[in-house]
Amino acid sequence: MELELTEENKKVLVEPLVENNPITLQVLGICSALAVTSQLSTALIMSLALTSVTAFSSAGIAFIRNHVPSSIRIIAQMVIIASLVIVVDQLLKAFAYDVSKQLSVFVGLIITNCIVMGRAEAYAMKNPPWESFLDGIGNGLGYSLILITVAVIRELFGSGKLLGIDVFPLVKDGGWYVPNGLLLLPPSAFFLIGLIIWAVRTWKPKQVEKADFSIQPAHGIVHGEAH
Amino acid sequence: MPESVKINPEAVGFKEKLSGYVETAQVYAQPYLDLPNDSFKKTVAVALALCLVGAIVVSGSAVILRPLQDWNKSKDEKVNILEVAELYQKGTDVEAAFKNVEPRIVDLATGDYVKDVDPANYDQWKAAKDPAQSESIPADKDIASIKRKPKYAKIYLVKEGDKLKSVILPVNGYGLWSTMYGFMALEADGETVVGMNLYDQAETPGLGGEVVNPKWKALWKGKKVYNFSGKEVHESNLSEKGQTIEIGEVALGLVKGSVDPSKAGSEYQVDALAGATLTSRGVSNLVQYWMSKEGYGLYLAKLRSARG
Repeated sequence: MELELTEENKKVLVEPLVENNPITLQVLGICSALAVTSQLSTALIMSLALTSVTAFSSAGIAFIRNHVPSSIRIIAQMVIIASLVIVVDQLLKAFAYDVSKQLSVFVGLIITNCIVMGRAEAYAMKNPPWESFLDGIGNGLGYSLILITVAVIRELFGSGKLLGIDVFPLVKDGGWYVPNGLLLLPPSAFFLIGLIIWAVRTWKPKQVEKADFSIQPAHGIVHGEAH
Repeated sequence: MPESVKINPEAVGFKEKLSGYVETAQVYAQPYLDLPNDSFKKTVAVALALCLVGAIVVSGSAVILRPLQDWNKSKDEKVNILEVAELYQKGTDVEAAFKNVEPRIVDLATGDYVKDVDPANYDQWKAAKDPAQSESIPADKDIASIKRKPKYAKIYLVKEGDKLKSVILPVNGYGLWSTMYGFMALEADGETVVGMNLYDQAETPGLGGEVVNPKWKALWKGKKVYNFSGKEVHESNLSEKGQTIEIGEVALGLVKGSVDPSKAGSEYQVDALAGATLTSRGVSNLVQYWMSKEGYGLYLAKLRSARG
């Protein structure tokens, strides 16, 4: 096992950022993206937690991939992922107590995050540990990128702050900025992620999916005249 | 044990020992690793091995990090207590400042101190969930929507020298999404508010979540809890000596719009939170409940009458 960054490895690491982003292209991991993005600090810690869990669980699963019986492979992946998530949760409670209180149940829910499971099943089961580790880091960063973008917009325009520091003075405190309350509610993250997906697909039209059904041109109907 | 396993007895270094163990493990595991992946034996073996490793990792991290987590928790609680009594700024030495704070146990039904319970080991909110240490609140009295209340409360007395400076009372009540937990600090007169700190809540960030905003919390200082003026609103209660003690009507609450300090009654009013009607109502209700004779009313009345 050689730990080096070949061209191939770099692609594994960078591709999930935009080209194959887990949120915007694969539309995975949406629930936590809604729940933890009303403040930047929670989004940052959540990104860190998810990236490390994805990376280490992918590496761990890749390490034993040749010996996992296919009948219990999902449960085997879950055991590894769940153990790592609990460790991360314990670490947060020990070293970042305030943030862990705010994230509460969402750290535990990383276990069921589709990105972690998706990478385990789609990549780590077929590739060596080092590449799987990089793939985990890359996908974690892709998730983080969207999470942080959404959180910056929501916190800045929703409460006039960034990382809890006042940026726009609010009207109720004698300033000029009227915060947009909608941005503090979970649905706003849906709108923002939708807009981001739209923007990315306009920039990279290759990502636009083909329609499942195409509407057939009408036959035998001429200007509303039924035959 | 297969013949090939030989651990060199002279290899005492950690590295050698470790590689010895790995070798042994490999020799034991090899027959299983060689089995076809989908055989029954291997499935069971892999499942067992994974569970074992997972269990060791999880329990190991829990045990190693436990002291640090407990320290965080107790420090966090102390900071919350000091904050509500205005004893905490950034950089305050928590342990030193906490020397002036004395935890005491109060029986809510009589309003007297309880001596046979050690405050250090008593958790009021845990007790509220234990049927033996709590009672359920009848629906018509449960204005704070908390369902159960503990028989004993753990309050904190802030002393300045020998003199009582303020009392810190734990309170809880339901807002919009969550049960909010907090401390309310009153001056030694048992009616003037020093501070309100709802430290544990999951209200909407930016709306109801603004209960943690320092600017809003500052509005509570100097407000009065009880109104003693109206005759019919007096709630009297017999103390053990047979004299009546006035509890008074809980008048403190949140009101919509700005509180005009020049108007009569403004000492009982705190600005409600903008855009958070239900959270504000929850805060009013929890004050109403915990300051009444269901909560600390009797204790505070005795505190007042002891001062004369």
